[in-house]
Amino acid sequence: MQTPAPVGYAKATSVSDALALLKKHGEDSRIVAGGHSLIPMMRLRIAAPEALIDINDVAELKGISIEGNEIVIGAMVRHAEVLSSPILAEHYAIFREAEKLIADPIVRNRGTIGGSMCQADPSEDLSAVGAALKGSVVIQSASGSRTVALRDFHEGPYMTKVAQTEILTQVRFPIRPGAGSAYEKVERRVGDWPVASAGTYVVVSNGVVADCGIGLTAVGAEHFCAPEAEAFLIGKEPTEENLSAAAQLAADACNPFSDQRGPADYKKHLAHELTLRALRRSAAASQGA
Amino acid sequence: MTAVEEVPLSPAGNPIGFGSMKRVEDARFVRGQGNYVDDVNLPGMLHSAILRSPHAHARIVSIDKSAAEALPGVVLVITGEMLAGVPRPSLLGDNFAWMPTLSYDTQAVLATDKVRFQGQEVAFVIAESKYIARDALELIDVEYDVLDAVMDAKKAMDPDAPVIRDDKGQTDNSITDVHGNQSWESGNAEATAAAIAAAEADPNCVVVTEQILYPRVHPAPMETCGSVAELNPVTGQLTLYTTSQAPHAHRTVYAMVAGLPEQKIRVISPDIGGGFGNKVGVYPGYVLSIVGSLLTGKPVKWMEDRSENLMSTSFARDYHMKATIAATKEGKILAVDVDVLADHGAFNGVAQPTNYPAGFFHIFSGSYDYPNAHCKVTPVYTNKAPGGVAYACSFRITEAAYVIERVVDCLAAELQMDPAELRLKNLIASDKFPYMSPTGWEYDSGEYEKTMRLAMEIAGYDELRREQAEKRAKGEYMGIGISFFTEGVGAGPRKTMDILGLGMADGIELRVHPTGKAVLRLSVQSQGQAHETTFAQIVSHELGIPPEDIDVVHGDTDQTPFGLGTYGSRSTPVSGAAASVVARKVRERAKIVAAAALECSPDDLEWELGRWYVKGDKERGKTIQEIALLSHSALELPEGIEGHLDATAVYNPPNLTYPYGCYICVVDVDVLTGQVKVRRFIAVDDCGVRINPMIVEGQVHGGLADGIGMALMELIAFDEDGNCLGGSFMDYLLPTAMECPDYELGETVTPSPHHPIGAKGVGESATVGSPAAVVNAVIDAISPFGVRHADMPLTPANVWRAVQGRPMRTDMAVE
Repeated sequence: MQTPAPVGYAKATSVSDALALLKKHGEDSRIVAGGHSLIPMMRLRIAAPEALIDINDVAELKGISIEGNEIVIGAMVRHAEVLSSPILAEHYAIFREAEKLIADPIVRNRGTIGGSMCQADPSEDLSAVGAALKGSVVIQSASGSRTVALRDFHEGPYMTKVAQTEILTQVRFPIRPGAGSAYEKVERRVGDWPVASAGTYVVVSNGVVADCGIGLTAVGAEHFCAPEAEAFLIGKEPTEENLSAAAQLAADACNPFSDQRGPADYKKHLAHELTLRALRRSAAASQGA
Repeated sequence: MTAVEEVPLSPAGNPIGFGSMKRVEDARFVRGQGNYVDDVNLPGMLHSAILRSPHAHARIVSIDKSAAEALPGVVLVITGEMLAGVPRPSLLGDNFAWMPTLSYDTQAVLATDKVRFQGQEVAFVIAESKYIARDALELIDVEYDVLDAVMDAKKAMDPDAPVIRDDKGQTDNSITDVHGNQSWESGNAEATAAAIAAAEADPNCVVVTEQILYPRVHPAPMETCGSVAELNPVTGQLTLYTTSQAPHAHRTVYAMVAGLPEQKIRVISPDIGGGFGNKVGVYPGYVLSIVGSLLTGKPVKWMEDRSENLMSTSFARDYHMKATIAATKEGKILAVDVDVLADHGAFNGVAQPTNYPAGFFHIFSGSYDYPNAHCKVTPVYTNKAPGGVAYACSFRITEAAYVIERVVDCLAAELQMDPAELRLKNLIASDKFPYMSPTGWEYDSGEYEKTMRLAMEIAGYDELRREQAEKRAKGEYMGIGISFFTEGVGAGPRKTMDILGLGMADGIELRVHPTGKAVLRLSVQSQGQAHETTFAQIVSHELGIPPEDIDVVHGDTDQTPFGLGTYGSRSTPVSGAAASVVARKVRERAKIVAAAALECSPDDLEWELGRWYVKGDKERGKTIQEIALLSHSALELPEGIEGHLDATAVYNPPNLTYPYGCYICVVDVDVLTGQVKVRRFIAVDDCGVRINPMIVEGQVHGGLADGIGMALMELIAFDEDGNCLGGSFMDYLLPTAMECPDYELGETVTPSPHHPIGAKGVGESATVGSPAAVVNAVIDAISPFGVRHADMPLTPANVWRAVQGRPMRTDMAVE
């Protein structure tokens, strides 16, 4: 069995309690949510925080709801809840499609949306979903809270705008009537990280694309999105030719690297193929097909 | 489907003899009551951790262990230098720093001069808890002088390649076996070369050559390797709880390695959580726990973690094969030649019979009848973990079955002939058995065509081909892959097969208690095969005692007779035969007792299941239970008869058994993403008589999952710097239920003529036979793109690249 280094532990009862504990335990303390990235890293001794602040019991971080024109997902909402949420299913098929492909039921029963966002793995599926849907996150500190667009959230692999003394509390997504969405992923095996993934939404109105979003992960897309491709599609008919051209723009903007999941040329090819497939299905869904 | 004779049921509802019954060991496993090595906790026991090399090839400049020794709770930090000072009064060396491998090479227990693979053992920390031991590893300061590493087996013999085994005075990376050979050949080289040359010159013949890699994979048993050593400082008795597939062989090896008197060594293998060959070898960790107990006077536990298991213990395969097949244009195979570059890692630690340095690879001529075959296997050292024969391979038969089944498909593609038709044209005919293969194997029995036709019938082969043609017309790509494999399992005979001089025969002991209940003592060790069930059924079949009345004892050298262990599917062929033989001895003893009780001559008695009776008077008889009690009674026995029914036997198999099968895999390939979906898998196995068909099917299911895993995802690759790229389950992918279809099994039963109950081994059949079926199916699917071969694993990336005409080299890092 892999054994972690000695570590302190404190259980937070509220967000303010968690913030106080973070401050008390100092720079080398870490928030633990589902723990399905952090704990394995600790066991492999890639990570060795001095203390874990456990937010699993913080009630205010739970639940999925609608506030005005936005869907609000608490940071401690588990993947399994995202997968089965009727609210999310009603507005965006992409959540269910992506979640079905994230890890396995054991991980999904523990892992959280807030944890996934903050881990900021360059292959994270929910980062592509969040970028595609142009969502935002709410970040809380002792002095107040701020909202950051997900397309502005990542500062690099495993790095985000959440400071050591802050906690991500919510992930928010705008509701778009008439939007169709879809997620496409190639993995080497069920439960593996993606070789490449693409998620999209499309709103087709009067026969043309009125609005769209494209998210990609594991392929070196800056901020997990493809704004040039989106701009290209707006106002155009969702024909196979246009969708493919947009997908090609998305792929062109990617900068994947070779690893055991696949060579860079293949990942770039997938960026196109998967974006195209997601766009096709999103556009079709928006048109009620 | 199951062709088992009807047998009476016992009071507990179990078959008296052969038939499906629940595995008796599962009662404890499903309740969490198994007892594995890591469950062993002895009073005063210390824990340990191994510091491993981060480099594939480096000279050790210095090791500073002072900070680790100063950590509270640390008892002792052992280095290679210290081991070199621990005297070892044995025949195989004079200290503990090096140990012999199962192939007569030497392997460092802890590195003294150089590290030779990433993950090699460098220091051993003994502490009061496993956490402290692990913490202390980070306090050991090792200075390395990093050297160039040999990671590409194809470059190992380059003149400027770094020399790995300078400790042996080598000047290159060749491997010399105990017979003095640097390569191993089998078959007729001249005749094969001549046949191929003639075919090349003949316009009515074709010759096809393909480079085929069977990449490095790992057994990855659920339970990693470990041991608890207790060396009693007063009595000198060593008790070793260890993850071993071969407890008796290990005991003898420890006697040789540690120089301990063998009668003072007790090896206990409790429940073992999977082996697949991974637990045949003796690892430095086992030896270190023994040395640790010797030096501390306390029991020492060593238990590796997942990454240690994947990175340092016995891998499998790593064969670079060049296969050439010659045939007539009508599809009659004339000759096959295979040239192999074998990557053995940094120490030649292959576990295989001494006279077979390439294992049984030369069974590669396969299931086909042709006169000329030849192979040459050249092993090399590389800066990779040692080992070599592991993972349910029947001593390299996995590689052999893969290469012939792959190259036969290449031939079919060249001839534009249906691969099923090509196979049917060449299968060994039923009346040719026993069949002498061109490389010298005597296949015992088979009805190959019958088995193949059954598989094709279950698959609906012709319909599948029609569906494939229709789909191709629509731009959809499905593939149908066939594999027909023959294995040789159940080593010995001991005359030709041994490991470190220990002949491959198995002892066995059967005690029948006065109330007619029995205890069978086995030398072989179950790692999940359900020996406690199957072996009780064999005795039940021979004596008519209900299986629930027979306990099976195994895994403790003090409790069981000597034998070579469980690997190469040898438990049923060898120890299963021994169980039958020893039970028949008991039956003969019982006959004499029964005759005395019935006041007749033994010659007047006849046997029916569980009972001796007087010929012509069926009412007059004694059950085996009655006879058991009589054998302990005042009954007067003939002169020279000792009483009691207990017996022992040693079974030395006259030949291997040759299980075979035909597998058909159906896949759907998304050529735009490279994703493969295994839609169907049809497996018809002929393993002779099935003792417990349910257990056989379970073994086949597991092996098919193995095969799908190897074909599609399992891989240990390395980068040029020597980093192992398969060192965790994030990187080393094992298939899940999601990748495996609902298997469609079938069977034919062709008994082994020389096995007492006609059984053949089956544990590895599915692993041996299935990779080629999957690969053949994928290649068949993408053949319209001009693809004839691509190496395993056929990941989405590799399949897409193959479709592009650029299949990847899979043994090195993806570029």
